[in-house]
Amino acid sequence: MGLNAEILIPGPAVTATCLALTAPISFWGGVDPRTGAIIDARHPQRGQSIAGCVLALPGTIGSSSASAVLLELVHAGRAPAAILMHEPDAILLLGLIVAREMGWAVPQALKVPADKQRGLDGRRLRLTGDGTITPE
Amino acid sequence: MVDLSDQQRAIASGSDGPAAAMAMRIVAESARLMGAPRLISVASAHIDGALYHGDSGTLFAEKLVEGGAKVAIRATLNVGALTPAGCAKIRLPPHERDMAARMMRAYEAMGCEPSWTCAPYQAGHRPKAGTDVAWGESNAVVFCNSVLGARTNRYGDFLDIACAIAGVAPDYGLHRPENRRATLVIDASGLSRELRASDVFYPVLGAYLGRSAGTSVAVIDGLQGCTTEDRLKALGASAASAGGVGLFHVAGVTPEAPDLDTALGHRPPAERIAFTQAALGDTLARLSTSGGADRVDAVAIGSPHLSLAEIEEVEQRLAGRKLAVPLYANTGRHVVGPLAANGRRAALEAQGVVFVVDTCVVATPILPDIDGAVLMTNSGKFAHYAPGNTGYAVSYGSLAECIESAVAGRLVREPRAWA
Repeated sequence: MGLNAEILIPGPAVTATCLALTAPISFWGGVDPRTGAIIDARHPQRGQSIAGCVLALPGTIGSSSASAVLLELVHAGRAPAAILMHEPDAILLLGLIVAREMGWAVPQALKVPADKQRGLDGRRLRLTGDGTITPE
Repeated sequence: MVDLSDQQRAIASGSDGPAAAMAMRIVAESARLMGAPRLISVASAHIDGALYHGDSGTLFAEKLVEGGAKVAIRATLNVGALTPAGCAKIRLPPHERDMAARMMRAYEAMGCEPSWTCAPYQAGHRPKAGTDVAWGESNAVVFCNSVLGARTNRYGDFLDIACAIAGVAPDYGLHRPENRRATLVIDASGLSRELRASDVFYPVLGAYLGRSAGTSVAVIDGLQGCTTEDRLKALGASAASAGGVGLFHVAGVTPEAPDLDTALGHRPPAERIAFTQAALGDTLARLSTSGGADRVDAVAIGSPHLSLAEIEEVEQRLAGRKLAVPLYANTGRHVVGPLAANGRRAALEAQGVVFVVDTCVVATPILPDIDGAVLMTNSGKFAHYAPGNTGYAVSYGSLAECIESAVAGRLVREPRAWA
């Protein structure tokens, strides 16, 4: 009962717990670039950390500095283990494109519709790197 | 699949040096991700990548400089993390301060203009309607598209400088005329004209637009004769913080909306919603997080950066009075230069105004750590970002309420019918 998703940014295989956000987020002003904690006071998942999890994003909003925050999270070792997005986002995923140019290890990003993200929340997921997502 | 020209392919492989290659690859990879079929020439850029968020951004900029990067087109700079001597004190530790300064120098070394403002469109950078440009900074993007009628997507940090070096950008989204047509109508005409013609209304409308439209294009009806450039600036900034808005139209006001039907491309809208008194009240309430507390520890205005006209209103309302709590006036060199020249800056500072130049209070640590502190602001963008970025709760109000509260040292409200 795995999912097959389109690969937006390729990355290594990984197994991690899924954090599925229930509202769109702006990374700048919404996520602490040093720790990966969600700091947006109005966000339903405020206080949780996106570091090391399979982060499912129903949408992204706000600042054009989201890419800088994600690049910093990659550099600081506090990035998500993988990112699932409802649709490709030209701003956020730039952080991964630039990280790859810098020669840093980059988590994979896959396209997963928001309605399929909800059921993954809290589950441990295995992402093989070929677009397959399998709950453990 | 994106179709690169032979020359673009050669540049990406290193024909013009390592930095030009990296820039072209970043542009081409973004084009692939967004399904753009080709790259198009862009006439100018506004660069949001020079704000320090951590060492990674500095390392990226310095790698470009080492690789011989120069911008190929006009490129203005958005805010950095530092401010000139004599302005607000920046509370960055020594390592971070050094890395932020290195980053700002790296972008200047690539040939970017040291404009250091989030309102480049009020600092002489106003591309003509219909021109393709590559702009970053969400409020500048929405202003450039909506008020100037130039064409830009929401360029994220790093793609903006990559496009400025390469001189090209992915052809998709708001660069294409068919995607600039409004599909959503927001009707504000049910609210009183007095409210629609007041500054304090526009950030609230912006927050509603941001949440209602998401990333789709809306046309707002019912604002004919009510807007000013600074009101549209405040509307766009608030909309771009609350949602993913890159373009809006105002019927009878903005360049691509001579009337409602033209903004809609002469087709029926997918949705039509009225901005009701109830929705207005709900949106207004969400802009504040202080729970109506009496306390005000500081006031911040100028997101986007204050224009000279906005500073003049501060001077008139303050009328020589002394402030009880600091009022942080966030603006750019293009405004503070003329102000300093004739003594007006010094007069405002003597009354308790603290200038924040080249940066702003939510972009870099300026506000002192105070338990339970409350920031008052007339900016929808500050209201959105201050709680997360500064730890201060927010009270949203008009400029008059901000000034009176700063003078009194506590929350002062003026009577207003929110209807």
